[in-house]
Amino acid sequence: MMGSLDFTGKRRAWLGMGLMGLALAVLPFVVGGALGSSWVRVLDFALLYIMLALGLNIVVGFAGLLDMGYIAFYAVGAYLYAVLSSPHLATAFPALAPLGLHWPVWAILPLGALVSGLFGVLLGAPTLRLRGDYLAIVTLGFGEIVRIFMNNLNAPINLTNGPQGISGIDPVHIGGVSLGQTQDFFGISVPGVHLYYYLFLAMALVIVFITVRLEDSRIGRAWVAIREDEIAAKACGINTRNVKLLAFAMGASFGGVAGGLFAGFQEFVSPESFSLMESVMVLCMVVLGGMGHIPGVILGGLMLAVVPEVLRYGAGPVQNLLFGKVLMDPESLRMLLFGLALILVMLYRPAGLWPSAVRQREFDEAAEEEKEQEALEGGRP
Amino acid sequence: MDIFLQQIINGLVLGSIYALVALGYTMVYGIMGLINFAHGEVVMIGALTAVAVLKGLAGSGIPGPLQALIACFVAVLVCMLIGYIIERVAYRPLRHAPRLAPLITAIGVSIVLQQLAMLFWGRNYHTFPAVLPSAPHLIFGAGITDLQILIVALAALMMVALVLLVNRTRLGRAMRATSENPAIAGLMGVDINRIIALTFVLGSALGAVAGIMVGANYSVAHYGMGFMLGLKAFTAAVLGGIGNLGGAMLGGVLLGIIESLGAGYIGDLTGGFLGSNYQDVFAFFVLILVLVFRPSGLMGEKVSERA
Repeated sequence: MMGSLDFTGKRRAWLGMGLMGLALAVLPFVVGGALGSSWVRVLDFALLYIMLALGLNIVVGFAGLLDMGYIAFYAVGAYLYAVLSSPHLATAFPALAPLGLHWPVWAILPLGALVSGLFGVLLGAPTLRLRGDYLAIVTLGFGEIVRIFMNNLNAPINLTNGPQGISGIDPVHIGGVSLGQTQDFFGISVPGVHLYYYLFLAMALVIVFITVRLEDSRIGRAWVAIREDEIAAKACGINTRNVKLLAFAMGASFGGVAGGLFAGFQEFVSPESFSLMESVMVLCMVVLGGMGHIPGVILGGLMLAVVPEVLRYGAGPVQNLLFGKVLMDPESLRMLLFGLALILVMLYRPAGLWPSAVRQREFDEAAEEEKEQEALEGGRP
Repeated sequence: MDIFLQQIINGLVLGSIYALVALGYTMVYGIMGLINFAHGEVVMIGALTAVAVLKGLAGSGIPGPLQALIACFVAVLVCMLIGYIIERVAYRPLRHAPRLAPLITAIGVSIVLQQLAMLFWGRNYHTFPAVLPSAPHLIFGAGITDLQILIVALAALMMVALVLLVNRTRLGRAMRATSENPAIAGLMGVDINRIIALTFVLGSALGAVAGIMVGANYSVAHYGMGFMLGLKAFTAAVLGGIGNLGGAMLGGVLLGIIESLGAGYIGDLTGGFLGSNYQDVFAFFVLILVLVFRPSGLMGEKVSERA
């Protein structure tokens, strides 16, 4: 009955989406022109982090399984790409791969998703019975185990090249076009970082689409049911074991894809990039943005990727401007402000910056009850 | 045999330290159900404060053991204060927030403390002044120094004192009541805020002592030392069953021994495939194995469903 109204609404939605698409498309040129191409790099990393945060959101936000070693899957994806698309294996297996392996990206990314997913199941299977913080420490340990192996698997067979990492990785090629260097399209020269931006944007959009569809699916509802009450979920006929394993596998496979892209983008991987602090960072993105709420998680990823960079470039000059000299080492000032920001955001928005409406309502109700409780207790003689 | 015994001794020393730090985690967890991620940083500040005091006292002519005592006292006081501030600023306002919110503030506090320590003490490693003679006593071919004996003895003493405090005193009873059910404990006249703050302060005091022990044992202190130590101690607490005092002690000592035996024997066990650089893998692997068969730790009770 409200067909016409609906129609304009739909049209407006399409218009909005079109405008946003246009904005996203010209963004690297605007940012690159105004601030320099190092900021386009920051955008690229922000997109990678958004992919990671969305992947972790499946595990932590939807299924409520606290995973503190998520970066391990990113590492698996990155190292898989590094080994399969670089001259590295030439020294270890000269007979099998005299020039190393140089697989195309479209072969590696699905494989990376698959292998990372398997690692996810490998982590999930023994930890199915664990709850809450026990799970946190085991996943954390798992992340450390993976990192230590990356650090030490240069002997007896040199697979990961140890702490030095693998360099000389092939940049991503799409249809014979290398994203590693500036390319000309119809007379417009597009630098490599811009090209990666479009690739990452496309992949991020695919992941957003998948997670949005997953959230509304039967599986997504099963995850939320497990998060809210595992026993009740089981009683409703959900196979909690399989559904949990699926959450681990899906989250991990997104991490693996992001890792592969990271390796191709950097053309270098080393264990340093996959420390526990990175896992913590991705977890912060999910929680700070608003757990389980996809727009919130995207916001969280964007903010935590961009704000530290702003502080990195801003901390020195601003001090100069204010005090005439640099009083504090910009690097530690940056971390200090970052830590304070984490504390302040959580104190003032405990449910995250942009929580889902349901979660916000639940939280408000809980806070309301709490106030009543305190009023009652305060009234006691 | 003497190598085996030596590894056991090293493990015991390391384990006593882990146990002390693990107690800090487990006390806070037992009473509030949250991982105090900043605890490792409190331990680090304890160690660095002690170094600063010992360096300040270096030329004063005060006898060595007394210097150590003063340093210990100052470090414990500083850490107690920091523990109190952390609870007040980062945890108390979030007591009823979603479960992961305090985890994030804890991570924030941890970053802030680490950076402050770095600004204050710089990036370099500080040598921990030796106050006790370092000549080892020989037992069946394995060496143990005065310091190591002191560490194990002091740790044991503090643990016994803590268990007595929790099980035999009025304060301990209030703590147990609060951990059982804060709302009802409040109705029974327990000042919950005070008890929780005291728990943090006590845990931080234990952490300060542990920090000094680590610094003295390895004769070095550094602004980044708290992180890995905290991680290991937390692992120990979980291994034993988090929230359980006895579990933290058992887990700590066990993890210390596992780790040093692992470092010594992992090469032989795997036929030379894995070296001592896999020491940490070994520790985490044991943790996972234990939790697979006992999901709530060695001494933990069945964990209740937590939303």
